[in-house]
Amino acid sequence: MLELKHISYSVREGDGELGILKDISLTIDDHRLVVFTGPNGGGKTTLAKIIMGLVQPTEGRIFWNGQDITDLGITQRARLGISYGFQQPPRFKGLTVRDLLTLASGDEKLSKDKCCQYLTRVGLCANDYLDREVDVSLSGGEVKRIEIASILARSSDLMIFDEPEAGIDLWSFARLTETFEQIHRTGSATMIIISHQERIISLADEVIVVGDGSIRHRGAAAEILPQILQDTLGACPVLTKEVQAQ
Amino acid sequence: MMENEIDRELLEKIADMLGKPVGAFNIRKDSGCDGRQSTEHIQITSKEDQPGIDIRIQDGTVGETCHIPVIITKPGIEELVYNDFFIGENCDVEIVAGCGIHNCGDQDSRHDGVHTFHVGKHSRVKYTEKHYGDGDGKGGRIMNPQTVVYLEEGASIQMDTTQIRGIDSTKRYTKIVCGAGAEAIVTERLLTHGEQIAESDMEIVLEGPDSKGRVISRSVAQDTSSQVFYPRMVGNAPCFGHVQCDSIIMGDAKIKSIPAITANCTEAQLVHEAAIGKIAGDQLLKLETLGLTEEEAEDCILKGFLA
Repeated sequence: MLELKHISYSVREGDGELGILKDISLTIDDHRLVVFTGPNGGGKTTLAKIIMGLVQPTEGRIFWNGQDITDLGITQRARLGISYGFQQPPRFKGLTVRDLLTLASGDEKLSKDKCCQYLTRVGLCANDYLDREVDVSLSGGEVKRIEIASILARSSDLMIFDEPEAGIDLWSFARLTETFEQIHRTGSATMIIISHQERIISLADEVIVVGDGSIRHRGAAAEILPQILQDTLGACPVLTKEVQAQ
Repeated sequence: MMENEIDRELLEKIADMLGKPVGAFNIRKDSGCDGRQSTEHIQITSKEDQPGIDIRIQDGTVGETCHIPVIITKPGIEELVYNDFFIGENCDVEIVAGCGIHNCGDQDSRHDGVHTFHVGKHSRVKYTEKHYGDGDGKGGRIMNPQTVVYLEEGASIQMDTTQIRGIDSTKRYTKIVCGAGAEAIVTERLLTHGEQIAESDMEIVLEGPDSKGRVISRSVAQDTSSQVFYPRMVGNAPCFGHVQCDSIIMGDAKIKSIPAITANCTEAQLVHEAAIGKIAGDQLLKLETLGLTEEEAEDCILKGFLA
């Protein structure tokens, strides 16, 4: 179980402080699929990074399976079973896809078959990719899918994905949503997915709308989706008029 | 052939030699010959007029290897050695050279090796050269290798050089002249630390039509070490050449990378790329999210980069 208690994060701006996250508290039970959504710059990624330890909160505590992990580093949290798929994964000259999957799995003798399974689940063929370096020769979408495969290989109890759909083509996206659905169905991990995609939002047990550093809404997908739609339309007077005219 | 623990470690590090090698070999230890074996197709003989050996490989020799490691285990040895390779036509051979210095004394140990290759028509050569130094003496471990290669029509050389730690000062000079349809691929890997100094001066001359040259240089400079790269590609005929230099800089190190391309023919296609940068923070963070410590992540990135 993941518990965030009164999490705040602020940065210095001139003489004052700018609040990025404001007193967020939430609990996520095991094996749940939770989607963080909301407007750009609202604080979703910062909140996810705080869970992984990539950002330290200014205030508040984080508990994972009852243990206070607030003061633990990234490595320690990773070893406790938390993983994080970056929105824009880094590239590595000299490290191959196989190297990355092997590191992620923690199994030095990771078999080709296993690698193949992880890559197939993100729509990549192992024969084409295993020995390729994760460098600039790969497209953004390819690197993104390899990043997600590395999280699958890690097979941790809590998987965080930051906009996994970004940069991925429609065909691979369909394969990816099946993968998320399967992990969820088999109850093998708790998942937090930052996403704007209706297809991913509809898979969620719970949708948390983060905006302006706070939780604006939370609830079941069926309940929240119309709310999001309303907010989206509300932001654009032309669209609202068109919808109203219909 | 007398071998102790130090010899064995040096030979393994520089030539992957465990026990007696298969095929032709010549082991030079502390300026003397510590073992030699010629084969039916590969003849190794001492030079009459200067220190060093001649290696003659017969036409049509395929799938054979030749190991010529040099080890220095005593402080104060300074030597200049000339090794000449005469490789016949239609060969496909692997040559493993390398130098290991174990210096426990206060005097410098220095090996300057001049290797000249004459590669016959349509022959392929894989040439591997590793440099390694250890020992806790104050004396410097110095190596200044020179490699000059002449490739005849349709010949090729794949030259891999590696120097990871241990050598205090190195000045390398490499020159390859490619005839018609010949190809030279040079991969250079270097890691310096402490106050080490490394210079690599390289010239690839694409002399014949349809010749190709490719230089891939990857280096890491740590602490206060300094490196200078000067790879030059000259196109004198319709040819293709590519120079790529990538360096990771750490601590208070200094790296100078000066790739140069010169075209003396309108049909010469030459490209160079050079990049120097530190390890990106997001690379470290990514590997930490996979459970590696910061130090393990750094090692992993450097190991991959120099692999």
